[in-house]
Amino acid sequence: MRAEIPTLLGGLALGITSALAQSGELTVPKSIEAGAAFSVQASGSGKGTLYIAGPGQFIKQDVQLGGSIEIASGSLFNAGHYSVWVTSDSSAQSGSIDVLPAQKPSDITFIAKPSRLPVALHNAITGSAYVFDAYGNLITKPMQVSFQLSNPGSTPQTRNVETHNGAAWTQMDSATREGKAQFVVRVGDVSSTRIVGQVPGDPCSIKMNAKSAGNKIQLVTDPVRDCSGNAIPDGTIVTFTQTYGDSKSTVDVPLKKGIASVEMPAQRGATISVASGVVLGNQIRWAQ
Amino acid sequence: MLRRLLLLSAFATAFSAFAADEPTVHVQQPHLQGPRELQETTAKAVVQSYLDSWQSMSKALDQNRPDLLDRDFVGSAREKLAATIQEQKTAGVRTTYHDRSHNVQILFYSPEGLSIQLADDVEYDVQLSSGGKSLETQQVKTRYIVVLTPSEVRWRVRIFQAEAQ
Repeated sequence: MRAEIPTLLGGLALGITSALAQSGELTVPKSIEAGAAFSVQASGSGKGTLYIAGPGQFIKQDVQLGGSIEIASGSLFNAGHYSVWVTSDSSAQSGSIDVLPAQKPSDITFIAKPSRLPVALHNAITGSAYVFDAYGNLITKPMQVSFQLSNPGSTPQTRNVETHNGAAWTQMDSATREGKAQFVVRVGDVSSTRIVGQVPGDPCSIKMNAKSAGNKIQLVTDPVRDCSGNAIPDGTIVTFTQTYGDSKSTVDVPLKKGIASVEMPAQRGATISVASGVVLGNQIRWAQ
Repeated sequence: MLRRLLLLSAFATAFSAFAADEPTVHVQQPHLQGPRELQETTAKAVVQSYLDSWQSMSKALDQNRPDLLDRDFVGSAREKLAATIQEQKTAGVRTTYHDRSHNVQILFYSPEGLSIQLADDVEYDVQLSSGGKSLETQQVKTRYIVVLTPSEVRWRVRIFQAEAQ
């Protein structure tokens, strides 16, 4: 049989949600919301001691037996299961109480990974979140959580997810354009934001041009871009390789303003190739 | 350690401890939400770390020594347990938690691999004592929701919260 405690106790114990649990003469609400006031009924007379014990909290209080022992609002606030005892020289009474997380979210922990990644990757950005009340209790009751990834110049990606045991997660695609994306998780009035840097991917192709410069060849690439058209960042190494007969010479050049350039000795019949990472560009045979 | 041997001997199998002091441990097959695959070795390590944390917690609350929490607890779980120990010290009492059985199931492995959540239907005795004299004992059956995060050499409990059955 369920009985509403606020009614029984004249509205004193706001937030008590379930039936009374009795052990001997000790009457304790079966559960309360974190931080709610409640009362314990102990039989007998004279003075006694109340103990409320759980891993999350411990309370000891001198009490008068035979009446209502009031536990003030804000006294018991860590969610969990608690053993309750009222002892005196001649008697011991026991019961138990569950403290439930408050329903209103107050904090959210949010981990977004990675913090930096190439553009145009499917489901490459993950977010996971845990939802807490004002006392730092994990809210295990299902709640709607919204994840939103906003990229500059494109429509935000949004996922609405229900928490399971206080946890929610999602996966998002990285944008096709480089830039910083805002990754926001929101539950109720609470939100948390992470910044995800999206950088160009590998070069899509590399094309170099060659021209004579006295007894040397000047080699210059076209602007190097990824397959989404984003400029590959300066500093990325481009490798020029010249093969002439049995000899091979290699020069590593960092991109500067999106292009790489180098001068190599002009040798008739030499073959010159260009590459960056695993991407191989065009090849030139020097005939002058 | 017997408990460790038992755990490693059979994952997702019920077994009973041989010694009276060791709890019965049952580990269910993970019921995972999330895209990350959970390796069996990871699952075993997480469950073992969690079971070890009960020993640390019991000793810490029994001896009123928060430093005993350091190996197995971190973050808010450690803070709350340490605060409880301080409250016990102030009150001049100790509590002893003796876990009798665990029924553990891993529920969530976060996509980035930085947290694992499990549920444990646990039965334990809690004993209240003062000045070396036992005052009261109660048998408890409840369900814990636990979140563990990886540290240097083991998983540590970050959220440790019983929920109403």
